[in-house]
Amino acid sequence: MSYAGHVWMHLRKDLRLEWRSKDAINGMLFFSLLVVVVFALAFDPTAYPTVARQISGGLLCVAVLFSAMTALNQSWARETQNGVLDAHRLAAAPLSALFVGKALANFLLMTAVELALSLVFILFYNLHPLGEAWKLLVILPLGTWAIVVNGTFFAALSLRTRNRETLLPLVLLPISLPALLAMIQATTAVLTGEFEPTLWIKLLLAYGVVFTTVCVLLFETILSAD
Amino acid sequence: MNDANNRSRSGWGLLWLGLTLVALAVGFDKAMTAPTEATMGNLQRIFYYHLPHVILSFVFPYLNLGASLLYLWWRGSNRSRALAADAFALASAEVTVLYATIGLATGMLWGRAAWGIWWTWDARLTTYLLLWLLYVSYLLLRQFSSTGQTAVISAVLAIFAAVDIPICYMSIRWWRTQHPAPVFGGGADSGIDPGMLPAVWWNMAAWAMWGAFVLGLRYALERRRQRQSADDAMGYLGSAQVLSEAR
Repeated sequence: MSYAGHVWMHLRKDLRLEWRSKDAINGMLFFSLLVVVVFALAFDPTAYPTVARQISGGLLCVAVLFSAMTALNQSWARETQNGVLDAHRLAAAPLSALFVGKALANFLLMTAVELALSLVFILFYNLHPLGEAWKLLVILPLGTWAIVVNGTFFAALSLRTRNRETLLPLVLLPISLPALLAMIQATTAVLTGEFEPTLWIKLLLAYGVVFTTVCVLLFETILSAD
Repeated sequence: MNDANNRSRSGWGLLWLGLTLVALAVGFDKAMTAPTEATMGNLQRIFYYHLPHVILSFVFPYLNLGASLLYLWWRGSNRSRALAADAFALASAEVTVLYATIGLATGMLWGRAAWGIWWTWDARLTTYLLLWLLYVSYLLLRQFSSTGQTAVISAVLAIFAAVDIPICYMSIRWWRTQHPAPVFGGGADSGIDPGMLPAVWWNMAAWAMWGAFVLGLRYALERRRQRQSADDAMGYLGSAQVLSEAR
């Protein structure tokens, strides 16, 4: 089977597991909704539309990041039951295909959450972007991929550590700060229409390429760490 | 023979410590007797401590990266060398955090007195804070991971951190140029009085020596801990204890 075939198998398996259990997606959806509501209580977005535009980009990214953290650990916890992970290590398939498949599955889940979230923003924050809204279709997937690829990697890295739920954000946040910054800036640029997001899109693209490469190269090392 | 080795090593260490203390004393003297800066007065003297710490905290991460790469390289082929590289990576990360903390603290003290604020989100300060955050998270990862795999996953994180730093640097520079913040002047970086140079160089050398000393000490300590845990694993200590008790 080709590399792409292996990736496709892993992707399908992860999506099917999620479809049957709906563990991750329900938690993520409700959690991100809660984040948005809590922030709406902290400041009144409908009364101050300009402020709402300036900070909604940041809020969206923070909600996405936090909800990703609730789901990423689970996506690997599944693999540890019944020694599945060891079976993966023994299998003839390339190990990084497992990683790429899982990262893609997580990416699709996060995208679904973002679609729901943008609806919430339009409804509850009365938000309509002043810039070119279609650019969000480039920015959000790129930003999500940047968070998800590192997040999936670090979730695998902290898989066998003590209190891994605490560890994941502690490791993931400092590393993804540039991606987060770029995602927030680009989204804010589109929402406020005050400046061009092009530079930030390029940065997201570069970040994605660099870290996808590093993750794929080092995945086998961390999976056979013990 | 091992004992003699240890003794000569601690002899060299003490000699190095002595030289370091002398250099620190000279550095202190030069810093206090250097010409007073025109606008900031004596306040500027903190610069002689701030600058070496900040510059050196950009050097130690490279040592950490190098040791981590060597660890991954030797992991399969040479176990004992790999362990030494891991001990060195840990020691250099700790010294990085130590020096960056002192750099942040002295910078904040200076900023409070010179600018009236402790902190500003300007490009350099933010990048520096991120450097500090990255290496603190490295140390936390080491603390949280289970013994068998600490070395591997922390070496991987070290590579991630090293890849991240240039991207951080660029992104934050773009961020700050797009939203220009008030530029705070001050800082004696741009052309300093030649009379101040001895103070800069002496302190730079002295703090580099001190950093090397702390790093070496921490490395030796970590090596000893590794040997101890290897002995524990082999049951050597246990049986030695039993033997001495039996006698």
